[in-house]
Amino acid sequence: MERDALLMGAVAYDPKVVTIWDGFRRWFAAQDFDFDYLLYSNYERQVEDLVEGRIDAAWNSPLAWVRSVRLARAAGIEAQALTMRNTDCDLTSVIVVAADSPITSVADLRNRTVAVGAVDSPQATLIPLLLATDAGLRPGADLTVRRFDVGVGLHGDHVGGERDAARALAAGEVDAACMIDANHLQFTDEGTLASGSTRILAQTGPYDHCNMTVTSAGPTERLTRFDALLRSMQYSDPVVRPLLDLEGLQQWVPGRTVGYGQLERAVDLGGFYDDAGRVTAAEYRP
Amino acid sequence: MNGSVARTVDLGDLGFDRGAHLLVDHALRAVPAGTLVAVVGRDPALGVHLAVWARRRGHRLEAPGVVVKGTVEADRWGDATRAGDPDAVTDDRAPARWGLAARGALVESGGPQPGFDLDTHDVVWADVAARLYAQALAGQWDPAVAIDWAAQSDLPVEVEDAVVQVMTYLIENEQAALTVPARFLGRIHPHFREIVQLLAVQVADEARHVEVFTRRARLHGRPFGVSGAGGRASLQSLLDEPDFTLALFLLSVLGEGSFLNLLSFLEQHAPDPVTRSIARLVLQDEARHVAYGLAHVELAVAADPAVRGRLRLAIERRHDALRDTTGLNEAVHDALVVLAAGAWNADAIATGVERVRALEADMDEGRRRRLTRIGFAPDDAAALSALHTRNFM
Repeated sequence: MERDALLMGAVAYDPKVVTIWDGFRRWFAAQDFDFDYLLYSNYERQVEDLVEGRIDAAWNSPLAWVRSVRLARAAGIEAQALTMRNTDCDLTSVIVVAADSPITSVADLRNRTVAVGAVDSPQATLIPLLLATDAGLRPGADLTVRRFDVGVGLHGDHVGGERDAARALAAGEVDAACMIDANHLQFTDEGTLASGSTRILAQTGPYDHCNMTVTSAGPTERLTRFDALLRSMQYSDPVVRPLLDLEGLQQWVPGRTVGYGQLERAVDLGGFYDDAGRVTAAEYRP
Repeated sequence: MNGSVARTVDLGDLGFDRGAHLLVDHALRAVPAGTLVAVVGRDPALGVHLAVWARRRGHRLEAPGVVVKGTVEADRWGDATRAGDPDAVTDDRAPARWGLAARGALVESGGPQPGFDLDTHDVVWADVAARLYAQALAGQWDPAVAIDWAAQSDLPVEVEDAVVQVMTYLIENEQAALTVPARFLGRIHPHFREIVQLLAVQVADEARHVEVFTRRARLHGRPFGVSGAGGRASLQSLLDEPDFTLALFLLSVLGEGSFLNLLSFLEQHAPDPVTRSIARLVLQDEARHVAYGLAHVELAVAADPAVRGRLRLAIERRHDALRDTTGLNEAVHDALVVLAAGAWNADAIATGVERVRALEADMDEGRRRRLTRIGFAPDDAAALSALHTRNFM
């Protein structure tokens, strides 16, 4: 279907999503660029709509990117990472234990219980559990996984599952908890984890987070302008600065796809999606 | 590693969960963007948390523990400006973008632009405001302590009822005197904070006046007096005045100005010590209100002599609007007579009448004096004073 506006999908994981994209929409209009957005309740429908051409761009989680690549390939087109936030690059996740825990290595987690975030959280479930797998521990067999399924379908954007995992650790209900590096600091700052009460047992390698996914079948000219406009946003501009602050970036940078290797591997190992991008995770109901 | 480390911050045992960012931030503020700053410390989570913090603040890690200062702070504050001079108000218009910021604060660009429409020096300012505000704070009194509510009083019931009627009248007048500045308070640009402060205290003063007049009315269990439609129409015309200078002129210069005479009258002639005490205390507060109103109107006239014409029109317009109302309720007038009589007999009442006539003459004389001070010729002042509401306020 021909559209005048560039139509972007975003997942409504928080009410601020409306503030952010409404604000950007006004800004785009001021640049004489016809932009609109569609809100989704979960990432799965968003990436399906992207590949089927119902939207031109998808503001995707890393897991949604992985699925977009597979769905697009199966449809004979190619998913591309147009742009991303400067703050999306080189994140890490950590496995945290109590400061006085006898556990000193990932291997020590054998026969222990590890708290993780939602089933579809790259940062608090899929990528950190890869650390255990790489240490020879099969999640669910060699160690017990206690999952905190908050906001399933939001790919971990909702912080609730991660926070509940941290609370379980603080309460002594589990031996370890998984979270993104920034949330370890935040949970300590806010008091969910008492200062000095936890120890970082292991840290994953760096990975990348969200990107603005488009496909080779998209409206090339409009997408080029969209990319150029996003990248032209300046943090010194008081009109966009509050929106950039809300979205958690200082600058849109060129999209790169080198930072999704760990997640690809975790998805394959855990059987989350198949090669064609079909959802195969048994306990995943977005 | 590109370039060399310009400085090193040693955090010791301090972690980012306990304020380490303050030390790192401080070090980064002192160097230009692009400078390398090394961060060392013994907190086990330092490496992880430093990377998180740097990413969030727009810095980059060159290597573990080495931060490259980014441009985010400069981008945010590069075009920030001071919200005026902390020691002096602008002699022009206070910009909306200063909003609620403290006078002299460094204001980030962007953000809300509240609609404080009373934002111009000549529209709100009076040099005397800061001094009056200080006096007002020093002069605050506690009704429970400042007034001996148990003081002996054995007034005849007719005289007590007259006192209660006067209190009933005063309460509705004080309500108007509270509402008028309260309505303007939220419209005055916070840059003119002395004016905001003074009016805020003025509102609090009036709230206290309402309290003490109410308490005096209820002191001996007699029912409240009457509230005439004409009196309330007169007060309503004060509430309806949308112009700040004109409202202050009508309320403070003419209305509260007349009340100074009324309160002096009550202090002198009230038949019981409680009413005399109340009148004395309220008089002090009202004198400040009149002083500000007068100073403001004088300044406004000095800045623009045409304001005087608008003042005249305001008096005439109000007079016309109230032409068909009775003005001062007859019951209030009679109550003042009986109050000033202090006793229920013919001789005392004759004295009361004399005193009320003297009061009205005093009010007229006071209004003419203040109008003359604003710059009206004596004949003009006399004519305009005569047009003032018969309800006094």
